[in-house]
Amino acid sequence: MDTVLRIENLHKSFKTGFIPKRKKILKGLSLEVKGGEIFGYLGPNGAGKTTTIKCILGLIFPDDGRIEIFGHPHLSLKAKEKIGFLPENPYFYDYLTATEFLRFYSDITLVKKGDRQSQIDRLLDMVGLKHATDLQLRKFSRGMLQRIGLAQSLINNPSLVLLDEPLGGLDPLGRKEMRDVIVKLKEEGKTVFLSSHILQDIEMICDRVAILVEGEIINQGPLQDLISEKVLFTEVTLSGVERDDLGGLGEPYSVAGERILLRVFDEDKVEEVLQRVKEKKGKIHTLIPRTETLEDLFVGAVKSK
Amino acid sequence: MKIRAIAFNTFKEAIRDRILFLLLFFAAVCIISSRVLALLTVGDRVKIITDVGLASISIFGALMAILMGTGLVYKEIDKRTIYTLLSKPIHRYQFLLGKYFGLVLTLFVMLVLMTLIFLVLIFLHAFRIEWAMFVAIIFIFFELCLITAVAMLFSCFSTPILSTLFSLSFYLIGHVSWGLETLIEKIHSGTVKTLAQILYTFLPDLENFNFKTEIVHNLSIPPKIFLYSTFYGFFYTAFILVLAMLVFRRRDFI
Repeated sequence: MDTVLRIENLHKSFKTGFIPKRKKILKGLSLEVKGGEIFGYLGPNGAGKTTTIKCILGLIFPDDGRIEIFGHPHLSLKAKEKIGFLPENPYFYDYLTATEFLRFYSDITLVKKGDRQSQIDRLLDMVGLKHATDLQLRKFSRGMLQRIGLAQSLINNPSLVLLDEPLGGLDPLGRKEMRDVIVKLKEEGKTVFLSSHILQDIEMICDRVAILVEGEIINQGPLQDLISEKVLFTEVTLSGVERDDLGGLGEPYSVAGERILLRVFDEDKVEEVLQRVKEKKGKIHTLIPRTETLEDLFVGAVKSK
Repeated sequence: MKIRAIAFNTFKEAIRDRILFLLLFFAAVCIISSRVLALLTVGDRVKIITDVGLASISIFGALMAILMGTGLVYKEIDKRTIYTLLSKPIHRYQFLLGKYFGLVLTLFVMLVLMTLIFLVLIFLHAFRIEWAMFVAIIFIFFELCLITAVAMLFSCFSTPILSTLFSLSFYLIGHVSWGLETLIEKIHSGTVKTLAQILYTFLPDLENFNFKTEIVHNLSIPPKIFLYSTFYGFFYTAFILVLAMLVFRRRDFI
């Protein structure tokens, strides 16, 4: 796969405070995003995720380093023609209706006049806003704003879509719909750069991830390579057995009524637990082997930093 | 095309601003009250109406340019609408020019409305219209174009309150700096004369756009003065716009 976005040794600092003092935000960041993938850009708040995206878009200028988009310098119009961007907590011209808003962006991106209306209709349909074409943006809910924001990011049919916290502030249904649209973009052959700290969503849809902590990437690669498939522990929910009877087999994690959630760290002891429950005429409700999750990886990485 | 799209969007946004219509209302009140003032004055009443009317158009036009212009870029940054806009394939100078021409278009429409009120008043009083008045109004428009550029320049790096103060200072200095010209003529030589000359070169002289007195009193104006004022307005505005582009070119949008 071709490299769509290449960042090399990116440095950025800002002056802060009454007596200006330089604060380093990005410290020699390098990463590559391949064509057709969903790239998850993870990091705690203040790690430098949005700063990286702003550097890519030319909204701020790096102190040092190089950014290339499809082989072009990131500030060139050729590079910008190929990207779409949805900012975090997007604010738009709220006096415009959804159609006027998209028409404005299609004028700026020089979408062909003949294709303009069909492109607008297609995008409004794709993000589920066909019912709100003539509604002013000031009457939009948070989720609707996020969706119209996504539509504007796609108005010029970009090959690389940068999404900054697109799932933040959305309800579970909204998050699912947004995830579905992102996956659909991938199916259409687009590359998605997804910055987020909602790990479950990243884990569900991303092919590769990079973890950013304090301006440095401390881990990056394909998700399956980063997350070990080794079973960390097995969670067993059981009932009809006294807590004391399970001594030495695992760690009773929580007790709700008769049910006990037991964490068994030794795989060999899982069999023993089953045997013990059988002897006591108890009942097994669930038995789930837990492998490492992105959350474990993320928390471990942040803590080690 | 890109500049035009931004300009029309700026126009759409500007005409929704209540401040604009509040100023238009007060401008209309001032223009109409010139009729009352004329009744209380001894002399040619048409001259009084013309004088007060043109002055009202000029002052309220300048206030519109300053109050709207100073928020022009700042609002885009503050509301973060600039993020999506500049992520599109446009140059920063195209964004600035779009914003500028959008506001100039708004001011043009406002000027036309104020002029209509003024002309109706004149016509009701004198049953004739002096076409020379349009010359004064055209040069008021040139002045507004320059003030808009100045307000936008300040808006590129400062808050609206500070930008308003700076722009108002520019406007006031611009209308009194001609005093320096008189001073230079009176001083024969020496450091003070040189200093005054340097200062006069850099300070704006907005009186170059003021033909109100000549129009009111039917004085003849040599064509070369018109030409000089037109060139002065064009090059000064272009200079300020280039300055704004340079400031905006490397600005970080944090």
